[in-house]
Amino acid sequence: MLYREAGQFKTSYQKDQAIFPIRQDRIAVWALLLAVFIAVPLLADDYWLGSIITPLLVLSLAAIGLNILTGYAGQLSLGTAGFMAVGAFAAYNLNIRVPELPLIVDFLLAGVFAAMVGMVFGLPSLRIKGFYLAVATLAAQFFIEWVFTHVGWFTNYSSSGVISAPPMHILGMTIDTAVEKYLLTLSVVAVLALGAKNMVRSRIGRSWMAVRDKDISAEVIGVPLLSTKLSAFGISSFYCGVAGALWTYCYLGTVEPAAFDLNRSFQVLFMIIIGGVGSILGSFLGAGFIVLLPILLNNIAAMIGHGTLQADTMANLEHIIFGGLIIFFLIVEPHGLARLWQIAKEKLRLWPFPY
Amino acid sequence: MKKSVLASLAIGAGLLAGASTPSPVMAQAMEQFMPIPIYRTGPYAAGGTGYFGGFMDYMAMVNARDNGVNGVKMIWEECETAYDNARGVECYERLKGKGPTGAAMFHPLSTGITYSTFEKGTADKVPVVSMGYGRGDAMVGSVFPYTFPLVTTYWSQNTAKIKFIGMKEGGMDKLKGKKLVNVYHDSAYGKETIDILNKQAAMYGFEIKHFPVAHPGLDQKAIWLQIKQFAPDWVILRGWGVMNPTAIKEAARIGFPREKMLGVWWSGSEEDMRPAGTAAKGFYAAGFHPAGKNFPVLKDIEKFVQSKGKGNIEAERMGTIYYNRGVVTGIISMEAIRTAQEKYGKKPLTGEQVQWGLEHLNLTAARIKALGGEGLVQPIKTSCNDHEGGGAVKFQQWDGEKWTVVSDWIDADKSLVRPLAEESAAKYAKEKGITPRDCSKEM
Repeated sequence: MLYREAGQFKTSYQKDQAIFPIRQDRIAVWALLLAVFIAVPLLADDYWLGSIITPLLVLSLAAIGLNILTGYAGQLSLGTAGFMAVGAFAAYNLNIRVPELPLIVDFLLAGVFAAMVGMVFGLPSLRIKGFYLAVATLAAQFFIEWVFTHVGWFTNYSSSGVISAPPMHILGMTIDTAVEKYLLTLSVVAVLALGAKNMVRSRIGRSWMAVRDKDISAEVIGVPLLSTKLSAFGISSFYCGVAGALWTYCYLGTVEPAAFDLNRSFQVLFMIIIGGVGSILGSFLGAGFIVLLPILLNNIAAMIGHGTLQADTMANLEHIIFGGLIIFFLIVEPHGLARLWQIAKEKLRLWPFPY
Repeated sequence: MKKSVLASLAIGAGLLAGASTPSPVMAQAMEQFMPIPIYRTGPYAAGGTGYFGGFMDYMAMVNARDNGVNGVKMIWEECETAYDNARGVECYERLKGKGPTGAAMFHPLSTGITYSTFEKGTADKVPVVSMGYGRGDAMVGSVFPYTFPLVTTYWSQNTAKIKFIGMKEGGMDKLKGKKLVNVYHDSAYGKETIDILNKQAAMYGFEIKHFPVAHPGLDQKAIWLQIKQFAPDWVILRGWGVMNPTAIKEAARIGFPREKMLGVWWSGSEEDMRPAGTAAKGFYAAGFHPAGKNFPVLKDIEKFVQSKGKGNIEAERMGTIYYNRGVVTGIISMEAIRTAQEKYGKKPLTGEQVQWGLEHLNLTAARIKALGGEGLVQPIKTSCNDHEGGGAVKFQQWDGEKWTVVSDWIDADKSLVRPLAEESAAKYAKEKGITPRDCSKEM
């Protein structure tokens, strides 16, 4: 009843091409932004902000990155964590070696370095496709991890190979509390997510989708494969690189290459599969599912676990339930949580008179 | 079908909201909270369950036998980390504020989680105690006020290991020209001793080669072939979890004598040896405490906790290396709380107050005996600038069934370790812009 676009006329091309053509959506997005920028920092405590919402946002950003590459451009990648590591180590090295640069510039340059590395490892995509490409990006994952573990320069010759993020300063302000880190992460993620949303609607996004759907047809209608595929790798890696830098600076505080191992790549891949391949919203929903659910299960286990079940049974039960839920969601909605959201919206438009 | 999916989503959201409201803290004044960031799952679960099982059993015993520490009962809560840094940080944040006064201290039991939490601990004033792991330079208390690599660090035990090899070879001067191999877990933990080994190699004139093994350590065939070509006199194993039995089996396969292999304490548990079967016989391992059940404190745990069916681990794992390490952790942690109570009163303490206790710990031989840990725990005396305290290790050999202690306490070469730690700590302080505390002004 409330969610109905009747009476909203679009009188210019600009209005027709808006990101959110329906007024209710625009209101909802503004309300959401107000909530996450103002209400959440006021209401949530440090535990929620620092150790749940912030990593959730960072991983959402990485998922957006992978979604650009896999969901929109159709290039399967298992190197996400490797590109995140490039961003993390680049931001660290820029910070200690070129201290004059402002932090935000460090983050952006970290993304640029990751983009360059990503494009190099994207070159095989011109020749190979699908699962074979996944194997090639797997090589990127292992190679990058190996380089950061074994080349001491990247870790400033730390004896253990663990780098510790230097203090963050923006415009003379020191970012050290959970709220400040959250707001920094949120700002970066919000801007980049908006950028991604616009990018996939623009010429470049449409050429990615053309390549995804059928690369030969795309080439025939004049989409250059080389630049399209490489731009997908570059931009995707840029997002992953910024996510890696945020992961180091705003969440863990320290980084060793092991924080960006293959498991992290798989984690991000599962996020986009669960959330919705080829959907920016899906990246957030998938990250929410993969990050929050184990913590939720663990919290429930801690709440009801005392005395009812053996603690080791509980710990393994969490894995069983988590795996079970993934299978459940994939069976009932193979297109991901974003598709569920879409169905809900369609139903809302008809409500209360479904036909 | 779709409706049911939405409904289940709604239920999930509701549960999430329910979990978000912090459970009301019972206003019981006389309780001291201890976080337990355990890992019962993942490749290193044997370590996580054994260690924290022993730790929780000890606290349960103190509660049952003495009604807590001076009448303050120990309470604790588990949080599963799966040995993952990100989840470890989440557990730290979740548990740090629980109980009437917050966490007394935090035992990460993972070098990676130690690295990720010690700065948070310093900011939150929660001591992060990395007993026998973590970063070596954290022993410099003036730079790392809330980090305690108690008992011994990797760097200290490494010098003790070289001493032990020297003893076996018939004197430190005999090390000259010998060939040593360091097989290490390719992680923060494994890499900790590379620098110090190189320094010692230059000092004593032996040759050292480092071989990294990627996590989890099941694939070592290529490495052991290279080791065979190098033909070392000794192999130092810095393994963890499943990497250890694999290394021993590979050593047996190339015919390298296990009597010439020396493991760190994370390579020296029963769980590391048994899967290797008879191949493990003769293997040496360092340990800052022995295995075995023949200590009064373990008998008390048996009597007050395990025999009542209240154990936190299967009774048959009592007395294993990991279990005893948990008990040692319990003894030292409780003693630190007791020390702090002498200054601040017999009530639940904050992390800041416990930090004072950890810094003024004086566990003498007589006190250890009174606690029933003679032979299990070594005397420890910490100070503002020395957050390590002990530093000695015993060596034990696997006879195919159990560990036998084959040496007395062997002290670390502090004259070598301390300057290195101070140099590294100073570098850290400079990178972070920290002004070290003046320890001469602290009482």
